[in-house]
Amino acid sequence: MSLDLRSKAELRAEKRKNRTGVYLVSPGLLVLALFFALPVVILLAMSLYVKPPGAEVGEFVPGFEISNYGTVLTAYWPELLRSFFFALIATVLALLIGFPMAYLVAVRLREKTLLQGILLVLLIAPFFSSFILRTQAWKQILADEGFVAQALKFIAILPADGHLTATPIAVVAGLTYNFLPFMVLPIYANLGRLDTRLLEASGDLYASPIVAFTKVTLPMSAPGVFAGTLLTFIPAAGDYVNSALLGNNRDTTMIGQVIDSRFFKIIDYPGAAALSFVLMISILILVTIYIRRFGTEELM
Amino acid sequence: MTTLAEQTQAERTSGADLLLSGITKRFAAFTAVEDLDLLVPSGTFFALLGPSGCGKSTTLRMIAGLEAPSEGSISIGGVEVTSLPSHRREVNTVFQSYALFPHLSVLENVAFGLKRKKDKQAIQKARAGLELVELAHLANRKPAQLSGGQQQRVALARALVNRPQVLLLDEPLGALDMKLRRQMQLELKKIQTEVGLTFIHVTHDQEEAMTMADVVAVMNGGRIEQMGPPRELYELPRTAFVANFLGKSNLMRGTVSGQSDGMLSVDVAGRTILLPAQRAVHTEGEVVLGVRPEKITIDRAPLAGENQLSGTVVDVSFTGTTTEYLVQVEGIGLIGTFSQNRGQQPAAEGDTVFLAWEAEHSFGLAGDESVNAGVPS
Amino acid sequence: MRQKIGRWLIPVIGGAAFIYLLVPIAYIFVFSFNDGGRANLQWQRFTMENWLNPCGAPAVCESLGHSLQIGVVATVIATVLGTGIAIGLVRYKFRFRKLTDVLIILPLATPEVVLGASLLAQFLNLGWELGYGTIVIAHVVFCMSFVIVTVRARVSSLDSRLEEAAADLYASPVAAFWKVTFPLLLPGIIAAALLSFAMSFDDFIITNFNSGAYQTFPKFIYVSATRGIPAQANVIGSAMFIVALLVVVTGQVISYRKKKQLENS
Repeated sequence: MSLDLRSKAELRAEKRKNRTGVYLVSPGLLVLALFFALPVVILLAMSLYVKPPGAEVGEFVPGFEISNYGTVLTAYWPELLRSFFFALIATVLALLIGFPMAYLVAVRLREKTLLQGILLVLLIAPFFSSFILRTQAWKQILADEGFVAQALKFIAILPADGHLTATPIAVVAGLTYNFLPFMVLPIYANLGRLDTRLLEASGDLYASPIVAFTKVTLPMSAPGVFAGTLLTFIPAAGDYVNSALLGNNRDTTMIGQVIDSRFFKIIDYPGAAALSFVLMISILILVTIYIRRFGTEELM
Repeated sequence: MTTLAEQTQAERTSGADLLLSGITKRFAAFTAVEDLDLLVPSGTFFALLGPSGCGKSTTLRMIAGLEAPSEGSISIGGVEVTSLPSHRREVNTVFQSYALFPHLSVLENVAFGLKRKKDKQAIQKARAGLELVELAHLANRKPAQLSGGQQQRVALARALVNRPQVLLLDEPLGALDMKLRRQMQLELKKIQTEVGLTFIHVTHDQEEAMTMADVVAVMNGGRIEQMGPPRELYELPRTAFVANFLGKSNLMRGTVSGQSDGMLSVDVAGRTILLPAQRAVHTEGEVVLGVRPEKITIDRAPLAGENQLSGTVVDVSFTGTTTEYLVQVEGIGLIGTFSQNRGQQPAAEGDTVFLAWEAEHSFGLAGDESVNAGVPS
Repeated sequence: MRQKIGRWLIPVIGGAAFIYLLVPIAYIFVFSFNDGGRANLQWQRFTMENWLNPCGAPAVCESLGHSLQIGVVATVIATVLGTGIAIGLVRYKFRFRKLTDVLIILPLATPEVVLGASLLAQFLNLGWELGYGTIVIAHVVFCMSFVIVTVRARVSSLDSRLEEAAADLYASPVAAFWKVTFPLLLPGIIAAALLSFAMSFDDFIITNFNSGAYQTFPKFIYVSATRGIPAQANVIGSAMFIVALLVVVTGQVISYRKKKQLENS
C-alpha cells in the first residue's frame, strides 16, 4: 500500500490546477475523438463491408470481408508504389532545392534585413494563393502549344512529338513545387537560430567550408530537415491534384486518384476505404521507421 | 506629492508577523523542508541563508502561496493563510529572475498588482514607487530596454507599491555584478527602514545576509540550523555547519577534562584549551572546539594569551589589507589566521610560529559533528 | 576554388528556386489581364475588364464567398480549441496524456485523402447531409493540429514564472491568463490562425470528399480546369496573393520596428 503523504491543502491546489487543464483540453480533444479517431475506426469497419447479392450500386452491409483488401491491392499495387516513389523523389528534390533557399534567406542574408524580409514574404505568400490555380498555371505554361515546350523543341532537347505535361516528370515537378514551402519553412526556422559564430569558430579550428558545413550547419538544421521531409512526403504521397492536372494518364495515376474515383465514380465504398486504410498504415509504418532511424525529440 | 515612504510612515501598520509552524514540504523523492517553525516579527528584515538546495526557496514559495506545504500551517498577521491561493495573499515577491512582464511598460509592470486590487490611484502610486527606486524617468520603457540593475529595481518597486504584509526577496541580487550588488544591498536596507515592511530575504551569500538582515536563519537540509542577529550567529555558532558556512572557523576535536569557574578545560591532542562553559553546546565528554581566524594572533615569539598553540607556517597569502597564514599544528591539523598588514610581516613560510587567543573567543560544539560541515567546496 | 563555388552556388540555386516558386504566380497575374474569353488558355489582348468586374464569370464570387466564410469560421473554432489544447498540454498534468499526444500528431501524419475519406465514411454513417457544416467540421479537424503545434511551441518558450509573478501580484487565474499569458501568446496565436486560414481556404482534397454539391473556390477551379479557368479566377488568385503580401509585409515591418526600437534604447 502506498501512502499519500500530501496534505489537504496540497491536494486541493493540485486538483484546482489540473481541473483547469481538463477544461482547456477537453473540447478540442472531443472534436478530435469524434471527427478524427472515430471516423478512422468507421473507415476501417467500412473497408470490411460486403456487397449483398443483387444489391444496387453503392449498397453495402456491415460484414467482415478481409478479401476486400486482397482485391484492391492486387488491382492497385502499382498506383500505391508509384505514389510513394513520386513522393520520395519530390521530397528529395524539394530538399535539394529548399535547403539552399532556406540557407540563403536565414544565413547568407542575415545582415541584409530588407532583402531577407522580401524573400521571406515570397516564401510565405504562396500559401495564400490557390494551389490548384498555380498547378493549373503550370499545366498551361508547360502545355504542348506553350512557350516552354516550343522553345525546348526548337533547340531539340524535346523531340518534335514530345510532351511536357501528361508525363511522370510533370507530376513530380508539380509535387515538388507545391510542397516546397513546407520543406523550406521548417529548415529556415532552424537555420535562423544557427549561430554564425560557430561557423567562424570552426573556421578558426582549420575546418574547410565543406567540413564546417557537414559538421556544424547540417547537424544544427537536422530537426528542420526532418520536419520538412515529413511535411513534404506525407501530403505528397496522398495527393492527387498534381497527378490529375499535370499527368492524368495511366503512367501517372496515384493512389489518391484511385481512392477518389472508387468513392465517387465507381461507388465502391469498401474498396476505397480499404485503399485509404492501406495508405494510412503504410505511411505510418514508413514514418515510424524514419523517426526511429533519424528522429529527434523536438519533432513537430 | 507624497512619496511611498511617507504614505507608509503615516499608516505604519503594514508589516505583519509571519508564523510558520511545523512546515514540511515533500516532493516525489525527497523532503525539501522538514518540520520548520519560524516566527518573523513585524517590520523585521529577515534573511534565510543557506546553500542551494537547502529548502530556502521552497520555504519562500510556500509563504508566497506558489507551493502548498505538505504539512503545517502558515499565518500572516495572525490569520491562517495555508490554503489561500497566491493571488489572495497580502504577500509580494521579488523574483530571482525578476519575472517582469515583457509586454508591459515599466509603469504598467509596477501598477499591475494595484490594478488587480482595483486601486483607483494605481498609476499615481506606481509613479511614486518608481520614484522611490529612482526610475521615474524610465516609466515608459519596456523591461528589455533596461539594464540588469534597473530591472531589479523595477521588480522591487512592483512588489513594494502594493505594501504587502510581507515582502519576499528570492536571491534578488544574484544576477548583478559585485559592485552593483553592494550598492543595491545598501539601497534595499535603506528602503526597508523607510517603509518598515517585513522583508524575508533568501540568499546563499553570507556576507549579503549579515550586512542587510536584522535576523538571519541559517538553513541546511530542509531545517533551520540556527537563527539570530548576524553578530550573535557569527560570534557564537552552535553547529559546525553554521561555523563554517557563515565565515570561516578553525575546528578541532577534543575532550573536556575539567571545569572551574565556568571555564572548561579541553584536551586537544595533548594540549589544554580553555572554553567558557556557556559558550559550549556540551560541557562534558567529546566536543568540537572552534575559534574564528581573526581572533588568533600569530608571531615568531611566544605571545600572551590564555590559549596557546605552536606550529609551522605552510602557506602565506597576501590579500592587500591582510596576510593569511595556514599553520600546521602537530596532532591538530591546519589552523588558519591572518594579520593586518601594518608593519613587519610576522612570519614567512617554513617558520615556526606561536598562535594565541583569549579563552572567551573559543566556542564549543557537539562532539559528533563533522568538522567540515558547510565548508564551501 | 572550392570556397568560391560555395560562395555563388547557394545564391544561384536559391535564386533560381525563388523564380521557380514565383513563375506560376506571375503567370496567373499576367493572365488576369487577358481578354481570353471563358477558357483563358491563350494570350489574346490586354484588358482591365476582369479586374473591374471580378464577379463577371458565373460562380466565381459565390464560391469565393463560401471559401472565405468557411475559412474564417473554421479558423476561429480551430484556433480556440487548438490553443486550449496547446496550453493544457504544456502546463497541466492529466491522465491519457500519451493518447492525447497521439491524437494530435496522427492527423498530421495522415494524408488528406485518408482524412477526407474517413470523415466521409463517418458522415455517410451518421446520415448527415454533406455541405457547409460538414466542410467546417473537416477543416476544423485538420487545422487544429497545425494550431496546436504552432501555439505549443510558443507556450513552451513562455516563462512560467511570469504567470507565478502575476498570481503573486493578486491576479486571479483568469486575470493572469488575460493580462499575461494571452498577450504573450498572441503572436503565436495570430501566426497559427493565419496558417489555419490559408490551409482551409486552399484546401481541395478534404473539401472535395465532404462538400457534396457545395461549391468552394478551389473546387470551382478544379472543376473548371478541364474546360479552362475564367480570367476572373486569376484576378481573385492574384488579389489574394497581394493581400497576403500586404499582411506578411505589415507583420515584418512591425517586428522590424520593434527590433529597431529595442536596439535604439
